[in-house]
Amino acid sequence: MASLVSHPDEVKVVSRRFGQGATNIDRYLELDGYKAVQKAFAMEPDAIINEVKNSGLRGRGGAGFSTGMKWSFVPKQSAKPKYVLCNGDESEPGTCKDRLIFEHDPHAVIEGVMIAALAVGSQTGYIYIRGEYRYLSIIMQKALADAYARGFLGKNIFGSGRDLDIYWHGGAGAYEVGEESALMESLEGKRGIPRIRPPFPAVVGLWGGPTVINNAETLASVPHIILGGAEWYAKVGTPKNGGTRLFCLSGNLEKPGVYELPMGYNLRKMIYEVGGGIPNGRELKAVVPGGSSTPVLLPEEIDISMDFDSVAKAGSMLGSGGVVVLDDTNCIVKFALRTMKFYRHESCGWCIPCREGTDWLEKTLTRFHAGGGLKKDIDNIQYLSENMLGRTFCPLGDAAAMPTIAFVKKFRKEFEDHLEGRPCPFERAGAVEQLPVLA
Amino acid sequence: MPDVTLTVDGKKLTAPAGTLLIEACKSAGIEIPSFCYYPNLSLQGACRMCLVKIEKMPKLQTACTTVVTEGMIVTSDNEEVRQARKSMVELLLGNHPLDCPVCDAGGECELQDMTFSYGAAESKYMEAKNHKDEQQWSPVVFFDRPRCILCYRCVRVCGEGMDVWALGVQNRGVSSIIAPNKEDHLECEECGMCIDICPVGALTSGAYRYKTRPWEMKHVGTICTHCGDGCKTTLGVRRSDSGMEIVRGDNRDKSGINNDFLCIKGRYAFDFAHHPDRLMQPLIRKNGKLTPANWEEAFELIGKRFAEIRDHDGMIGVVGSSRITNEEAYLLSKFARVVLKTNNVDHHRTADFPALAAALSGKPDSTATMREVYDAPAILLIGNNPTDQHPLLAWQIRNNVRLHRSRLYLINSQTIKLGRQAAGFTQIPAGTEGKVAAYLAGDDAAVEAIITEKNSRETWNALREKLRGEQKLVIIFGSEIRGNDVAVLVKFGSGVHGAKFVCLADYANSRGAADMGLYPDLLPGYHRVADTGKFHDEWTSIPATTGLTLPEMVDAAKASKLKALYVVGANPIGRLGLDPFLFSKTFVVVQEMFLTETAFMADVVLPAANAYEKSGTFTNTCGDLQILKKAGEVTGTKSDFEMIVRIADAMGFDVHKLVPFGAGERTDMGQSRGAQSGEADRHAVWLEARGLEPKMSPLEPTAILDEIQRLVPGYDFSRINLLAGNDQHTTLANSGPGAIQKPELIVPANDNLFSSGTLGRYSKALHSVMESRTQQTSEVAAD
Repeated sequence: MASLVSHPDEVKVVSRRFGQGATNIDRYLELDGYKAVQKAFAMEPDAIINEVKNSGLRGRGGAGFSTGMKWSFVPKQSAKPKYVLCNGDESEPGTCKDRLIFEHDPHAVIEGVMIAALAVGSQTGYIYIRGEYRYLSIIMQKALADAYARGFLGKNIFGSGRDLDIYWHGGAGAYEVGEESALMESLEGKRGIPRIRPPFPAVVGLWGGPTVINNAETLASVPHIILGGAEWYAKVGTPKNGGTRLFCLSGNLEKPGVYELPMGYNLRKMIYEVGGGIPNGRELKAVVPGGSSTPVLLPEEIDISMDFDSVAKAGSMLGSGGVVVLDDTNCIVKFALRTMKFYRHESCGWCIPCREGTDWLEKTLTRFHAGGGLKKDIDNIQYLSENMLGRTFCPLGDAAAMPTIAFVKKFRKEFEDHLEGRPCPFERAGAVEQLPVLA
Repeated sequence: MPDVTLTVDGKKLTAPAGTLLIEACKSAGIEIPSFCYYPNLSLQGACRMCLVKIEKMPKLQTACTTVVTEGMIVTSDNEEVRQARKSMVELLLGNHPLDCPVCDAGGECELQDMTFSYGAAESKYMEAKNHKDEQQWSPVVFFDRPRCILCYRCVRVCGEGMDVWALGVQNRGVSSIIAPNKEDHLECEECGMCIDICPVGALTSGAYRYKTRPWEMKHVGTICTHCGDGCKTTLGVRRSDSGMEIVRGDNRDKSGINNDFLCIKGRYAFDFAHHPDRLMQPLIRKNGKLTPANWEEAFELIGKRFAEIRDHDGMIGVVGSSRITNEEAYLLSKFARVVLKTNNVDHHRTADFPALAAALSGKPDSTATMREVYDAPAILLIGNNPTDQHPLLAWQIRNNVRLHRSRLYLINSQTIKLGRQAAGFTQIPAGTEGKVAAYLAGDDAAVEAIITEKNSRETWNALREKLRGEQKLVIIFGSEIRGNDVAVLVKFGSGVHGAKFVCLADYANSRGAADMGLYPDLLPGYHRVADTGKFHDEWTSIPATTGLTLPEMVDAAKASKLKALYVVGANPIGRLGLDPFLFSKTFVVVQEMFLTETAFMADVVLPAANAYEKSGTFTNTCGDLQILKKAGEVTGTKSDFEMIVRIADAMGFDVHKLVPFGAGERTDMGQSRGAQSGEADRHAVWLEARGLEPKMSPLEPTAILDEIQRLVPGYDFSRINLLAGNDQHTTLANSGPGAIQKPELIVPANDNLFSSGTLGRYSKALHSVMESRTQQTSEVAAD
């Protein structure tokens, strides 16, 4: 269990019940639990959707698509059952926020799924939990059982005459399944491989039915929006970026941890004030602002507002909220290699550029970091990444290519320092087995 | 659906709404490269080769998954697109072993072609390649993992096309591999479609691998000689010591009725032609032993004996084959009547075509083509198990259901695999197929025999109503329906709008043998022997009485009445399990490829060429006529056609009256024979010696085609279409009256996927598959 951190700048919305024992359903009810869903019962489905739209809530999984819009794409009438899916397959390196929600406030996720189901007219929901989060699925199972026991789920929920079932489902350890259509394949019992889109899940999703799929944090935000009102939530953030977000600060920081800050919070402040700055008097070298797939930012680029649009303008992405801070003891080549190793391991292998590109890049970076690099390798790493970018079947290829391109572009000098058989300048002598230089 | 207009590379195209961009471009002559896209298989979007620029889209889009929309503006070839494709090829080549010089696919490899088209000639790759060892999955399927580019075509054709689902993907990322269904080996129908569809040399054929370079083969498009479906196959032929060797069979050019489909037999079981036991010279029984002899000696002996027996009113029997060509069957039928002056002609009957001819006489458009089975909106299949006995028919039905949502109604005494595609499967007690026909035709009392626990009177009634309401229903029936039942079934069909029939026979030219009159009571075109008509005018002096059926010939031999037996490509002793000594008083001549049980007791054995070694035509079970093209000649054998003519000649018969030659517009295709086999053009020499026109040979089967076209109803096809390799449908509407014969004369071959009569006995490929099956203890592919 992760210990909780806090900072005065935090605006606790999603994390309001963290550390309050809200896994217990009675405690959850004391803390305004299941009030939002009861309020939603009194609302027209369109009114719920509008409320979410107006709140400015954007997908917390990384893409930042308007949640209300997403819900509005689901057809009103459907011959096939409609589904609501909670994407709890949190796997982006540097990201550890959904796990806190599952750990401290599982009922908020359930309530979010319920409200989404009311909004789109669905009678079945699934909460998909990352395979490695086994202990969290146990918490979730209990939460679901408690909700059923109280009549909040199942037949005639809250005496409303409506039926709603919610199931949990565990992953099998694949980053790829965080992609929504791959998650549906996995949920259907198949290999976790993304689907061809269009059709989009809102029209043809799980088992061919219209499907809403949202990140766990997104869904956990929904009850607060319904209770507090769209206007209140939107005001917390910046225009077009409503509300708060859980930022996962990690790396070389004094006080790493998950902080809930308003959207648009300044990145420099986040690092130096919320995160307590760089320890041991070291200098900041680079920041990965939104999980391992987002392009790295240099120290001179961190005076930005952490919302989807501003970070994009700065040439990176807000992503999943995983802020990874690197100080000047870190080797960027090694960091690029570590990142690529992850994507090579997690590539599903479906399409050529991602499958072969990540393998090739990992091999080249491995050789390069071990001193076996050639000058043309630097260009080749960039060439390969640029040729993967935008051409893969799903965004995983982009996720591998984007940071790599940024590493080469922004730290070319450091790559060159590894050339000509020189050992990595950041490693203790002999820590990395030296490779012979290829002709 | 209405057409939409789009622009590709500045060219305005129209395509039906819903068309995939890659197909729309293809129709307009714009090639979009792809590995994973394959027509009629599910979409993948995996290889990223078909990326094109579509206006208003920020990223390049895959043409194989994009549906055309009105006003779409596409650039299929610019710097960005070409670079994207080039990089895909570069990425693929990274881990590809590049062992092209020894790879089976070298020279006909799509990866080579793409590399050629898009450059990627400079290698940026310096890392160690991922190696994985080659695996053998079955006697005929090998998998070389490093060559695999993961296009998933094999997985899909096996699952979606064959409904076998024996292939899948294991692991993920760069470790992804195609894997067989039984851990380290395959248990499947061994159709080899996965090998055929593989764009590279990852899946290779046990029969073909490392035998040749593709450009060293001659490619001959002909018809498979195994079952009655008539698949077109392109034989890869190499020269060898014995004249030629067939090393491969496929239909990669997708010509013919089978598109790219072939089953195990078509793909591998041509190897009987090169079996060491193949007869290579005539054998004459001397002092009780079959002794090698030369052709002239053999023909002289046969001619002399046949003439003697005929002239002394001795009984002669003729047994034809369902694997000889139409021309040969026609010639044999004519030879028996005109030269031997007997109606004692029969063959191994596996379907009741005479009854079908009788029932369909005067009904035009009442038989379905093999192509129509793929398009029909509804199909009724009574009896048979096409998956085993008619693999192409099964493929057509399966894919019709999958792609066109045809409704398949199955009525069978067994649970057969096609049941998975059936809209309705009705199981009946064995042997009640005739009752089904009667009930469908309106005989309500017949339902008593087919009511079971599962199928009540009401079920049957509902089924009959449903069938009556169908349009363009194709009614397919096996040999279970025969005799009068055929007419009853046709009666039912005439009440269904646009219904057509397919009668299932087992061998490559079973239909042709029937059409060409290898019957004791029927002449070609189902004319009765007693009927006067054009055959009497042209053939003259046909014996008027019905001859003996095969069992009757056997009885005559038992009674020492049968003086001579002429067997062309059949093995009655083996098939019927007869005592070989029955024929010890009979002069037996056998034309065969192998020393079968029948050949073994013959007085003269003549080594015959098989269907791959001769030209002619075959008619498949549906009635589709197709041309056979000679792959080459094996030294020491002759076609049955040539042997029949030579025997007639040796009997002193005027060959002109048997085979009209020496006049007309035909040329001698036999001229190439000497060159093929590397020996002297011996038939030209023979013609010369007899003062015959060398350019108009009686030994060339096309010489008799004019007569067939003129005299056999339904065979008035276009010669140009035939020679061009197109299939043409022959109908029974104008045939002679046919006959209702004894039902017990029909004996199905009961071949399965891995057997094929005499040919199968001598196919190493089929044997190896059978052997590996018997060694396996686990269950064989589900139903």
